[in-house]
Amino acid sequence: MIKTSLIKTAGIVALLTCATSAAAQDDNQLVINGDLEMITEVPTQDYIGGIKTAYSGWRYRNSDMQAMQLDDFENPASLAVDEGMASWTNVDGSEGKSCASCHEDLAASMSGVRAVYPKWNEDAGAVMTLASQINNCRTEQMGAEAWKYDGTEMTGMEAVISLQSRGMPVNVAVDGPAHDTWLKGEEMYYTRYGQLELSCANCHEDNADNYIRADHLSQGQINGFPAFRLKTGGLVQVQNRFKGCIRDTRAETFSAGSEEFVALELYVASRGNGLSVEAPSVRP
Amino acid sequence: MKFSRRETMLMALGASAVAMLPMPAMADVDELIAAFTGGAEVGEGGLTLTAPEIAENGNTVPVEVSAPGAVSIMLLATGNPTPGAATFNFGPLAGSQSASTRIRLAKTQNVMAVAKMADGSFVQVTQEVKVTIGGCGG
Amino acid sequence: MADNVKPKVRVPKTAAAGEVITLKTLISHPMESGQRKDADGNLIPRSIINRFTCDFNEQNVIDVTMEPAISTNPYFEFQATVPEAGTFTFTWYDDDGSVYTDTQDIAIG
Repeated sequence: MIKTSLIKTAGIVALLTCATSAAAQDDNQLVINGDLEMITEVPTQDYIGGIKTAYSGWRYRNSDMQAMQLDDFENPASLAVDEGMASWTNVDGSEGKSCASCHEDLAASMSGVRAVYPKWNEDAGAVMTLASQINNCRTEQMGAEAWKYDGTEMTGMEAVISLQSRGMPVNVAVDGPAHDTWLKGEEMYYTRYGQLELSCANCHEDNADNYIRADHLSQGQINGFPAFRLKTGGLVQVQNRFKGCIRDTRAETFSAGSEEFVALELYVASRGNGLSVEAPSVRP
Repeated sequence: MKFSRRETMLMALGASAVAMLPMPAMADVDELIAAFTGGAEVGEGGLTLTAPEIAENGNTVPVEVSAPGAVSIMLLATGNPTPGAATFNFGPLAGSQSASTRIRLAKTQNVMAVAKMADGSFVQVTQEVKVTIGGCGG
Repeated sequence: MADNVKPKVRVPKTAAAGEVITLKTLISHPMESGQRKDADGNLIPRSIINRFTCDFNEQNVIDVTMEPAISTNPYFEFQATVPEAGTFTFTWYDDDGSVYTDTQDIAIG
């Protein structure tokens, strides 16, 4: 069961910092393409002690950046999405198959899929992320080479698959066979790393809505990943972002696809259970 | 440290050479404006520049220029190593003399627009855009 | 030499005769400014799209001279008057000599 000591500590810390609503954002309502209403604010599940309300990263951006997500043409990720769509029907590997060969129609087969990842895979005996599942299909079903876990082909495919769940609430399972992995992720979230001895919680729970130098800190929710980062001018994979964060604490970071990051991804996703899948989002 | 007379002379030459280097960006901006206006006087009014006060990231800053009745509008990022951004020339089927685009700003600076009006006159407008360098944005 | 350059435009399908419509255009292109350095410290040479034009039935709507300060994946939004049914032609000119085009028809209705 959930370690009560962790929850107590998180609870006390939350009380000490003034729990503000995401006061500094410019708009509260996200409606995409004029008709898709998104949930960007939702009460957290009872297994999340440190925050009472989950806010999407969209809520922390200024209105110019928020506006870039309102319309799929305006969204700078649109070109990467087109590439991902093309990739769906691309034959690759020894079996002469494309994704479409087995899954056929993208929208029909992938609707709701992104919303429940990461999830336990019985055959693998482990929690799989969307990326690890995509690579599993490629190597086991298509006889193709695995893609770089956080590379461009992967983020393009993650983006088009995520689009088929866009708007649906994130709903990852934290109990059952996934529970141990989830506990491991929770422990990582509250562990201080690196020379700077910072945990995820120090910034994203204790100081969400504050500024660290010129960055406006969000809660670090991942419902918007893969995210188009203006800084890099491309889609960024969620574990690539984890790498960056831990590297910024001046620690030796874990690698994308590692067990540690899979556990962390499951836990962080659960902190945002109920928020709409927002990928591909636009972030600084 | 003792310098020989030769070394001292060379150092002095070097120093004056550096002093003679032009201030890069500002000279470029004046040249670009002069090339656009042919040296004519530049007034104000009738030209709108819309840009964010603070750009969370300098890579992609949305800007809009609008000058009803203009023939063309030049957009400059005066603080960039190469200040030129775009020159919009409106054709006979332009629905309005306005356009939006996204530009890169290397640092906090003045974004400037200069419009050539149908009667041959020129107007300009400037707005400062702050560009923040992140903290732990990775 | 830029590869994988793909244009993308948004034009309404129909317009009333004489109506002013809004067009949006995008093209995937790195817009290498000539300011960046590679891993060995050498300047990566400039390689950008330097001009964009939009014409309708042979008449010009807009002609944009583009410089390095335009962001990667150049985006433009502008307006056109639609006197009759016809075809919009969008053209992008690359420093390396390549020319990319896209067209879009519009009906009066």
